[in-house]
Amino acid sequence: MTGEPAGPASTGGTGLPEGTWHRLHPLSPVVRAGRGALAILVVLVLSTLGSGGNSGDPYRLAAIGVALVAGIISWLVTRWRVEDGVLRIESGLLRRTSQRFPLSQVQAIDTVRPGLARVLGLAELRLRMAGAKGSSGRLAYLTNPQAESLRAQLLALAHGVDQGAPAPPERRLLTVPTGQLVASLLLTGPGLVIEALVVGLLILTAIKPSAAGAVIGGGAASLLGGVGALWQRFNGDFRLTVAEAPDGLRLRSGLVETSAETIPRGRVQALRMTEPLLWRLFGWCRIEVDLAGKATSGRQNKSSRHAARALLPVGSHQQAAWLLDRVIPGAPQSLQRPPPRVRWKSPLRYRNLSWGLNDGYAVTTSGRVRRATDWVALSKVQSIREVQGPVQRRLKLVSIHLDTAGRNVHAVLRDPDRADGARILAALPEQCRAARARDRRVPHEQPPATGAAPIEQAVAE
Amino acid sequence: MPPRDLTTRPQRGSVSRRWLHWCDVAPFEEADGPGTQWARPSSRLRTLRRWEVGVLTGALLIVGVAIPLALAAVAVAVGVAVAILLAGLITDLFVGRRVRAWGYAEHREDLMVRRGVMFRRLSVIPYGRMQYIDVTAGPFERMFGLATVQMHTAAAASDAKIPGLPASEAARLRDQLSSLGESQAAGL
Repeated sequence: MTGEPAGPASTGGTGLPEGTWHRLHPLSPVVRAGRGALAILVVLVLSTLGSGGNSGDPYRLAAIGVALVAGIISWLVTRWRVEDGVLRIESGLLRRTSQRFPLSQVQAIDTVRPGLARVLGLAELRLRMAGAKGSSGRLAYLTNPQAESLRAQLLALAHGVDQGAPAPPERRLLTVPTGQLVASLLLTGPGLVIEALVVGLLILTAIKPSAAGAVIGGGAASLLGGVGALWQRFNGDFRLTVAEAPDGLRLRSGLVETSAETIPRGRVQALRMTEPLLWRLFGWCRIEVDLAGKATSGRQNKSSRHAARALLPVGSHQQAAWLLDRVIPGAPQSLQRPPPRVRWKSPLRYRNLSWGLNDGYAVTTSGRVRRATDWVALSKVQSIREVQGPVQRRLKLVSIHLDTAGRNVHAVLRDPDRADGARILAALPEQCRAARARDRRVPHEQPPATGAAPIEQAVAE
Repeated sequence: MPPRDLTTRPQRGSVSRRWLHWCDVAPFEEADGPGTQWARPSSRLRTLRRWEVGVLTGALLIVGVAIPLALAAVAVAVGVAVAILLAGLITDLFVGRRVRAWGYAEHREDLMVRRGVMFRRLSVIPYGRMQYIDVTAGPFERMFGLATVQMHTAAAASDAKIPGLPASEAARLRDQLSSLGESQAAGL
């Protein structure tokens, strides 16, 4: 091994020296093994001690030893370095893998800290790339100052900015109140199911206490599963703070496992606003942001595939409009409705259908029970499709799909009249081309610094 | 089947003809003006699809007739044979309509591909958005000298595929598309 491990002393300063190999933090294997391994370890140790100290369990000790050695080896053979705008990560003992991540193509950079890592002062850095195969660079784990400075350095490289520059100040846009977040979670799908279960159990206990015990025993597993899903959502959105910095949008959140995500300018593929049925009583909505590429690998895979990154987990329409104006200034305001005969085709959806188009953005609304509004920047449109099913043909309607590289949002102009649809389809490719050309001329345009006043005062990092 | 003009509306006559029109192929002339010239897959694709349907029908026929015959139920065997043949014929009709529905047009800055009879789709893909192009030819396609060209963009949903192109045309299209894609490439 030719690389020299990075001592904390050499990295505590302004930045990491470029071009030299670095190691991850020595405690990484422990954190990566996570709670599960910790629990097993505790059980093993306890049972070994509890068996009367006759040390008759060499197998258990051997298992622990093997796990330890495997962790140390994996740490020894993993190293990374930054050179020429490329992050290289090498890992593996028998099967060496060497990954290269060109920083100019980074879609987002996340700093994730699971509970255990926070206790130890460590953080994981994740680079999200646009690849379709879920390719993402993970550096797990680095010390906190190391992770911070490396993130700033990578972002500066990704933007082609001088990397010696101090971390730019950021403006906090908004933070979600915890009470509202809890209320909003209790008013959506999984929350409602759990509430129904609990209420049912309470009623059963009141009527026939003897039967309740058995039911509780049977339903406990599913209840726990639901609570787990709810917890994940709660933890992911807890005190989510949106901040605006010159290098992009910063999202920070988390109660136990915290994550900080930076979305460079011009990487937002699409936005979606959803309004579940019960939220509409309070005038609440949720805004999610869609990026290119697939969900990140690893443990976060499942949760991040289900729920896109929320820009606003829950908030009023006023907040939403204000935030949208910051992220996608100049989105179309006037919406067109489909012809009334669409009622025959989609009776539930009809009242939610509409669309709007201007030179920069397309906005579509849809949804049967909950209303979803999608914004797509025309400069991000990959392809345009016109689809017409048999019922639509009968009613002289079409649908126009706008495909982006994002993974969740897919804007569809549903059910315009065929003539309208044809006109839109004929004009759209040219509009998209013009938007792309504009985007190229002004690479990552900054939103106007004045105009909308921030809800909270600007804070310097 | 005799060729017939698919663009004009048939007279209001038999129910079956009206129904056929209902799910019929009409060009998307509105999309790009009436002047769009649609290139079609090779006529050998029709033959290939007919062979596929024929072989499948034949295999079903053998199984479907052999079992009742083994049980000495001749009437059943005849009934099954007629049903399978009829199904094969109808399938062939539908497959033929599907084949005729494919079309593509190369414009100055984007490629248009249309397909489908019941669910008609028309895709517009800017050359600059193409990430890569696949040319595949399965064993049966190769027997007929055909190939399938598929365009991929960064969006998973945009699926532009043109089956049944003569191998030379497929190669030309691939080269043409990739050179146009290079010259007009746009970032994400």
